[in-house]
Amino acid sequence: MKVTITVNGKTHESEVEPRTLLVQYVRDTLGLTGTNIGCDTSSCGACTVHLNGEAVKSCTILAAQADGCAVTTIEGMSKGGVMHPMQQAFMENHGLQCGFCTPGMVMAAVGLLNENANPTEDDIRIGLEGNLCRCTGYHNIVQSVLAAAKK
Amino acid sequence: MIPAQFDLKRASSAAEAISLIGEYGDEAKLLAGGHSLIPLMKLRLAQPSMLIDIGRITDLSYIKDAGDHIAIGALTRHMDIEKSDIVKQHVPLLAHAAGYVGDAQVRHRGTIGGSLAHADSASDLPATTLALGATYVAQGPNGQREIAAKDFYKGFLESALAPDEMLVEIRVPKTTGGWSFQKFNRRAQDWAIVGVAAWRNGKESGVALVNMGSTPILATSVSAALASGASIADAAELAAAEAEPQSDLNASSEYRAHLAKVLVRRALEESTK
Repeated sequence: MKVTITVNGKTHESEVEPRTLLVQYVRDTLGLTGTNIGCDTSSCGACTVHLNGEAVKSCTILAAQADGCAVTTIEGMSKGGVMHPMQQAFMENHGLQCGFCTPGMVMAAVGLLNENANPTEDDIRIGLEGNLCRCTGYHNIVQSVLAAAKK
Repeated sequence: MIPAQFDLKRASSAAEAISLIGEYGDEAKLLAGGHSLIPLMKLRLAQPSMLIDIGRITDLSYIKDAGDHIAIGALTRHMDIEKSDIVKQHVPLLAHAAGYVGDAQVRHRGTIGGSLAHADSASDLPATTLALGATYVAQGPNGQREIAAKDFYKGFLESALAPDEMLVEIRVPKTTGGWSFQKFNRRAQDWAIVGVAAWRNGKESGVALVNMGSTPILATSVSAALASGASIADAAELAAAEAEPQSDLNASSEYRAHLAKVLVRRALEESTK
């Protein structure tokens, strides 16, 4: 089936199977491999992207469901070679260790701030409940989001 | 994991979706937010050859004050219920419980109708709407009918919906008085190992249990005991009277029964403040 999806501001018309997952679409069809596949069961959040501005888990959405929608992936966060403030905050606060969860963490954290611009530490911990860090680097992740919220 | 092959058709209205289910019969499944169905399909626990995408039927996404109850369109997302001022004001237990479904990403996609029709006893909203005495509205080829939440859940992932029916609206009575939602789990986003949804207004109460059997369980013995003047501690001892809790990796049947008593007591204490 044909889908038209705007990814990081660029509109793509693609032929996909109905069973194509959104995460496969961005990784395999478009070659945007910044979005990771972690658990593949909508638990870990590594595959988090924005669909029409909201954080979602792209391993549990069909590309067909995103037809006509705007998707933002981690590749769409920096502008003109300048990191998004959230990416900058993760770097400055050591918010990543192995880095595998980081694209999803950043996308979920930006989604969180879109809905709550001044979160408390508790708001951040609850708001990021859908993202797992196997390095257990949560403390600095939360500090990064707090720092980004102040920017 | 990629689901097995299927075809997909998009319905633009409930009537069109019902007509498509009639056409494809057992081969078809309705796709709303997909956050129950797609994981099952990836694991090959469900293998429909036709998906009918109802996710774009925007006129089934609404929250309305309907006098004595709140009317919620079946395709309303958990996040919209959690944040709704109308729901927070008139059925705060439901708004609160909706905020415990999965995580933010899941709540941006999952719908109340999808969650109820999936009829998973481990999910939060079947038990919550059961405790609240909600009525579900199903639409089929011959029109609409109302199904009381207490008559809806028939078995594991099995509901009173006919194969050619879909949920279109959830009607939740307004509540006054205290309420509580208790969810016991290991990780914040997980399903409850045991959960309790409860409200209480003097002698009247509604208490329902999450993941304490093949269906969500209405703890009628607890409410009957409270109505006849029993203490919270005594009423909570009856928490598992209607339940048939299963054993699994997370908890034995006996431990679940114990948890239910503890959580019902906490829920009633919080509801009675």
